[in-house]
Amino acid sequence: MEILFFGNLIDITRQPKELIEGVADTATLKQLLEKKYQPLQTAKYFIAVNGKMVQENTILNQGDTVALMPPFSGG
Amino acid sequence: MILPGFGLAAQQKLYQAKILIVGIGALGCPALQYLVGAGVGEIGIIDGDTIQLHNLHRQTLFNTSEVGEKKVTVAAAKMQALNPETHITVYPFHINNHNALQILTGYDIVIDATDNFSAKYMLNDACALLNIPLIYGAVSVYEGQLTVFNYTKNNGKNIQYRDVFPVPPAADEIKSCEEAGVLGMLPGMIGTMQATEAVKLITELGSLLDGRLFTYHVLNAVVYEIELLKNKALTVIDRSTFEAMDYALHCATETAIPEISIPEFKKRQKENQLFVIDVREYHEEPAIHFADLQLPASQLASANYELPLHKDICVICQHGIRSVYAAAQLQQHTQQKVYSLKGGLTAYFNQ
Repeated sequence: MEILFFGNLIDITRQPKELIEGVADTATLKQLLEKKYQPLQTAKYFIAVNGKMVQENTILNQGDTVALMPPFSGG
Repeated sequence: MILPGFGLAAQQKLYQAKILIVGIGALGCPALQYLVGAGVGEIGIIDGDTIQLHNLHRQTLFNTSEVGEKKVTVAAAKMQALNPETHITVYPFHINNHNALQILTGYDIVIDATDNFSAKYMLNDACALLNIPLIYGAVSVYEGQLTVFNYTKNNGKNIQYRDVFPVPPAADEIKSCEEAGVLGMLPGMIGTMQATEAVKLITELGSLLDGRLFTYHVLNAVVYEIELLKNKALTVIDRSTFEAMDYALHCATETAIPEISIPEFKKRQKENQLFVIDVREYHEEPAIHFADLQLPASQLASANYELPLHKDICVICQHGIRSVYAAAQLQQHTQQKVYSLKGGLTAYFNQ
């Protein structure tokens, strides 16, 4: 499963993507990532699974792409 | 224009259109140039800033001899020379929640070419109130974002900025272009695409980026697109809340306030670990029995209150928006951890 980070989240994770396996759902993934990268706990972002935004906890399957997307403000 | 599908009727629609561009910077300049070039009949431009030398790399409409002059005045003169048929209205000041509704009224489309969160949240709320489509663009270092918000015609998805990002990031969370730098071409591309979406919206040609967040990484030349969702728990901010809101503070909370999820909140509440502060006004429904203190956000600055010494605090409101701002204020007066309830009472009663 591929996790993609965008915008300022890359400043936190120091990498634009990461491979993680064996995570059951988006809530578990969020917990795992927020433990690994603590500033993510307060960062504002939404989660998309395979190109679709999700609001509720969503089951993850092998081969899924999960994106963590923050807002940008520059212009 | 001689293009398939782009006949006299489309050109006529452009001539009748009224578009407001908010911010005449790195996004607004290219958007303006192409919309004037395309023959849009009425364009409003609003920006209170003057031309700065260190911005010229990304605002190539301007040149070094114009440094210090008002952006909107110079831009209007140049655009008048480009296409005298376009009527340009100049607003040489910053937009805020006290002048926005009056300025926006009458425009068919608003282009968000601003460079800060307080303007972005304020514009979203104003466009939602007035039912005007909002073409959002923003950049972050090497990445750009673009979508069309608040589009209700033609089975539009009517997604708002707050559906996607309900709560503004803390002031120190995200760097601006001024701080982080940006490759000039990137906002040039995003601003040009905002103009493109405006032309598509007016002429009803092609498929709009309505309900789709387009992102582009300029160094990797990679496009990533995300289908957006409406947030059922979110309701439109009403006129009185809009006018009373302090957007600068709302978007500039000095410390990042952690949000607590509904299940976590219920668990900690059951274990009696949280001191709950309801910051809704006294008239707001529903009444709840589990708040330790009601402290309306409007009275927060002046009220006398005592905060607990041995319990974490959780601030709640209707939608989890005001509570973030209130929590940031409260955090300055306590050593205890202050949380905001994510999604507010709406989420609490829906889960």
